Amino acid sequence: MSTDVWAGTARRRLADHAFAGTTRSAGLVILLALVGVVVFLTGEGLPALTAGAVDLRGHGNLVAYLWPLLFGTVLAAALAMLIAAPLSIGVALATSHFAPRPVGRAIGYAVDLLAAIPSVVYGLWGIGVLGPWLVPIYQWLGEHLSWLPFFSGPVSATGRTILTAAVVLAIMVLPIVTAIAREIFTQTPTLQEEAALALGATRWEMVRLAVLPHARAGLVSAVMLGLGRALGETMAVAMVLSATGVVTLDLTSSTNPSTIAANIALNFPESSGLAVNALIASGLVLFALTLAVNVAARAVVASRARSLGR
Amino acid sequence: MAKSIEVTDLDIYYGDFLAVEGVSMRIPARSVTALIGPSGCGKSSFLRSLNRMHEVVPGARVRGTVAVDGQSLYDAAVDPVEVRRQIGMVFQRPNPFPTMSIYHNVLAGMRLNNRRIPRAEADDVVERSLRGANLWEEVKDRLNKPGKDLSGGQQQRLCIARAIAVRPQVLLMDEPCSALDPISTSAIEALIDELRRDYTIVIVTHNMQQAARVSQDTAFFNLAAAGGPGRLVEMNPTRQVFASPDNPDTEAYVSGRFG
Repeated sequence: MSTDVWAGTARRRLADHAFAGTTRSAGLVILLALVGVVVFLTGEGLPALTAGAVDLRGHGNLVAYLWPLLFGTVLAAALAMLIAAPLSIGVALATSHFAPRPVGRAIGYAVDLLAAIPSVVYGLWGIGVLGPWLVPIYQWLGEHLSWLPFFSGPVSATGRTILTAAVVLAIMVLPIVTAIAREIFTQTPTLQEEAALALGATRWEMVRLAVLPHARAGLVSAVMLGLGRALGETMAVAMVLSATGVVTLDLTSSTNPSTIAANIALNFPESSGLAVNALIASGLVLFALTLAVNVAARAVVASRARSLGR
Repeated sequence: MAKSIEVTDLDIYYGDFLAVEGVSMRIPARSVTALIGPSGCGKSSFLRSLNRMHEVVPGARVRGTVAVDGQSLYDAAVDPVEVRRQIGMVFQRPNPFPTMSIYHNVLAGMRLNNRRIPRAEADDVVERSLRGANLWEEVKDRLNKPGKDLSGGQQQRLCIARAIAVRPQVLLMDEPCSALDPISTSAIEALIDELRRDYTIVIVTHNMQQAARVSQDTAFFNLAAAGGPGRLVEMNPTRQVFASPDNPDTEAYVSGRFG
């Protein structure tokens, strides 16, 4: 037996190389876009360090200008996730493991439809419908729970508060978080579910024994993705929120912190000079924040995957 | 604790599809009964109907009766969850809960029945069950390690320990060795032979030597016709099924002429 039979068969396959090149450049485009964004935000944002009170809407320096915006952004998004996370996980579990299949599918479609509604429409609905609806509730909270810093008042008469904005945000991130959570729940290995059922688990016990442990890491990333979306949402917040730029934990008053994205949208058209740089600097902060959220989500998923030995 | 099972005229349906037709058999207590037959003959469906696990598939239902020591499993007043607590099951592939330690895997079934178990009692249950599954000596020093860290054969014995921790009346095994190597398989077979003293065991197997080695009675299932429902062809003491079966189809199957 000689090895000559294989000689000369080494070949560069054109299709393989073309395909590898295409995918590689597709990946590079993403990286370039990201680098471009960072370069733009940093380059245009840095001059704002020298901006004064005229360009910073009365704030003495950039940090004092950015801090209330950052506070409002995080507060609105965190409130939204506080509402959306349990609701999404509940809806996802209902559609994947509890509701009869046709009902579950119908609910799934309905939730997906929420994602198709433009954020301007959410904004209009928030101002015109949800805000007025919530006013009596805010009044009740103001009367009975005003000892809590969240409801110390005076209560907004229009309902255009940060809590209303958070509710709108929660409804907006509901579809994405629900869809991912549902996907994860349905991927629970049948073998695990049967292991629980065969031990005499009820439906809920089976979910606790098999479905939730399997889904935990995925749920973290689903919620983080939703959080990223809530942090960056612009239009609905800009419309609903009656912002005065204060830093307060009061959720139901007419003086509310603004968010970075809403602040940019509202002020960009009338800004010039260093005021524009200041807005771009706030954009850089938002970018860094969402990046940090995503990295944290990845880290959680990765450490979880390691501990499961996958 | 161990109980006999009386099955009478059992039909198993998935929606409109009749999967198993007219099975009647008596499964004796404290004994191993093997179910053999070609793929798709309904032996797994039949096994799962003995603890109502087949109902996990939407549209699955039965006609006829299954009674454990005279108590019917399919009465309207009977909760399938309660049935499964009394009749344990071991699956084709080992399925310990991946996020739980060995210790907590063994206790998973107990925890469903009563939330708070005193620590000393829990330790006793874990040791008794792992000893019962011939796994204690191998894992006693690493009870807090994840169940997933064990080898396939050890995982399967962990699943058996988990099933016997709740002291079931009957233990159902659905091809428990089909994913295991020969050495792990013989460990499980030895275990089955020991468990027979305390439990009524029903085992589905594709391995006829295994049926001959571990069981006292053997039931041979076959399809009535291609696409037709599965039927019980013959049930007899294992020695007779393999030496001089009543039915020529059984003879053909056990001698390797088909299936």
